[in-house]
Amino acid sequence: MAGTFLDSTELVLNMGPQHPSTHGVLRVIVKLDGERVNGTECVIGYLHRGVEKIGENRTYTMFAPYVDRMDYVAAISNGLGYCLAVEKLLNVEATPRAQAIRVVLTELNRIASHLLWLGTHALDIGAITPLFYCMREREYTLNIFEKYCGARLTTHAFRIGGLQYETYDGFEKEVEEFCDLFLPKVDEYEELLTGNRIWRERLIGVGILNEADCKAYGVTGPMLRAAGCAWDIRKALPYSGYEKYDFEVPIRQNGDTYDRYMVRMAEMRQSVRIIRQAVAAIPEGPIMAKVPKIIKPPVGEAYVSVEAPKGELGYYILSDGTTQPYRLRVRPPSFVNLQSLDKMAKGSLVADLVAIIGTIDIVLGEVDR
Amino acid sequence: MTKLLRTIFLVDLFQGLWVTFRTQHPKNIVTEQYPEHRPKIAERYRGAPRLNINPENGQTLCISCDLCAVACPENLIIVGWVRNPETKRKDLVTFTYDTSRCMFCGLCEDACPVDALELTQDFELASYSREGAIFDRQILEEGIKPTKYRF
Repeated sequence: MAGTFLDSTELVLNMGPQHPSTHGVLRVIVKLDGERVNGTECVIGYLHRGVEKIGENRTYTMFAPYVDRMDYVAAISNGLGYCLAVEKLLNVEATPRAQAIRVVLTELNRIASHLLWLGTHALDIGAITPLFYCMREREYTLNIFEKYCGARLTTHAFRIGGLQYETYDGFEKEVEEFCDLFLPKVDEYEELLTGNRIWRERLIGVGILNEADCKAYGVTGPMLRAAGCAWDIRKALPYSGYEKYDFEVPIRQNGDTYDRYMVRMAEMRQSVRIIRQAVAAIPEGPIMAKVPKIIKPPVGEAYVSVEAPKGELGYYILSDGTTQPYRLRVRPPSFVNLQSLDKMAKGSLVADLVAIIGTIDIVLGEVDR
Repeated sequence: MTKLLRTIFLVDLFQGLWVTFRTQHPKNIVTEQYPEHRPKIAERYRGAPRLNINPENGQTLCISCDLCAVACPENLIIVGWVRNPETKRKDLVTFTYDTSRCMFCGLCEDACPVDALELTQDFELASYSREGAIFDRQILEEGIKPTKYRF
């Protein structure tokens, strides 16, 4: 075989499903030539729960808590996508107040998700300190969720047609306080990592995925934006009133792990910008649109995609006119993005493979569903 | 030249260490000392279920309408009732709530028309057996009693 050293043969090694840096139960079969990765193959399904099938056996209202359990790090984004899809089927729109609160919570959840990504990604690479700092700030957002809807992780915050809970007293103030507190903290993480030479050596030029490859694999989210394509569903196909807010879509050109890190850091700052605008202008009014008690959408189909922290999260619902969906399909961003692992990892070192898995930002609950 | 100096004097390293040093101050400690200090639980927290009773006469508030059982995505609530021949009303006999399958989504709470079923701020739900996670009417009305440890 070309490229092997003397008489050495290819070594096939299992990485995971219990490996701590595979972020859950991902099993990667790695073909190694010494330290060099010749190819990878992902084995998924260890966390399969059949969420799409569960959806066919539950009413529309009942299924809402289950979507939180797919991408449990960004449960609110999942809930938003599902609610928007059913609302599209029903042809109703959430009230302006509900939409503004939804935006605030979704963006807070994006920050929480990116913080968990940053902490674990840095931990994989060897920087342990940022994890503790990230968890410290993530706690603030989780406390806001807990006060708002009563759960920290799998929130079930949104209902079809609007919201179940009115904001608590001091919600706006608390969110603004978090914004003020959070921006210097992002600088703090950057102080720890961005300039650090070990961090740069480990990330720059590792796991390059260019724009054409991204599009070929269907990769979305920060990975696509790090490759130079400014595709963000919030800008391209605005939903839930995102067109009202002024924000930028951060892009970078090289498409390597360092650029993806930079894009996510910039996204957190943009999220703060959106939250500030949204929370300053939450309109008064009802939080629930006029939705029948028993949700029975007309025969038809709807596809709605939202910009989840990991990429494009799509919900396709086919209704046969009963109280339960006939078919429910989820387009999970992590699952699609994971496909590109082999392309990125080929020719890199085993240590880089850990960095590459981390940079995709996968949540196995969503990959396996 | 500046780059070389920065490399020699390990500027990036000390920059990072300075951030870590700043956080050393005792007032920056954020770790919760859980069993000694109880965390503040939000008012709306969805924890252990409780079946409310009327504090005046000790009667249950539940009207056995079965709406919570219908609303539950996991079908884990079983309401047992008998028709009272005198008042022509349903009398609650048993109420079983299987917390081992519960995902605390709060749909039962939302469905309850008389605010009898409620998810409370109690969060210590561990038990030694699977059966311990199945709450009967008595536990639901009295609330869970987690073991209190002394330190």
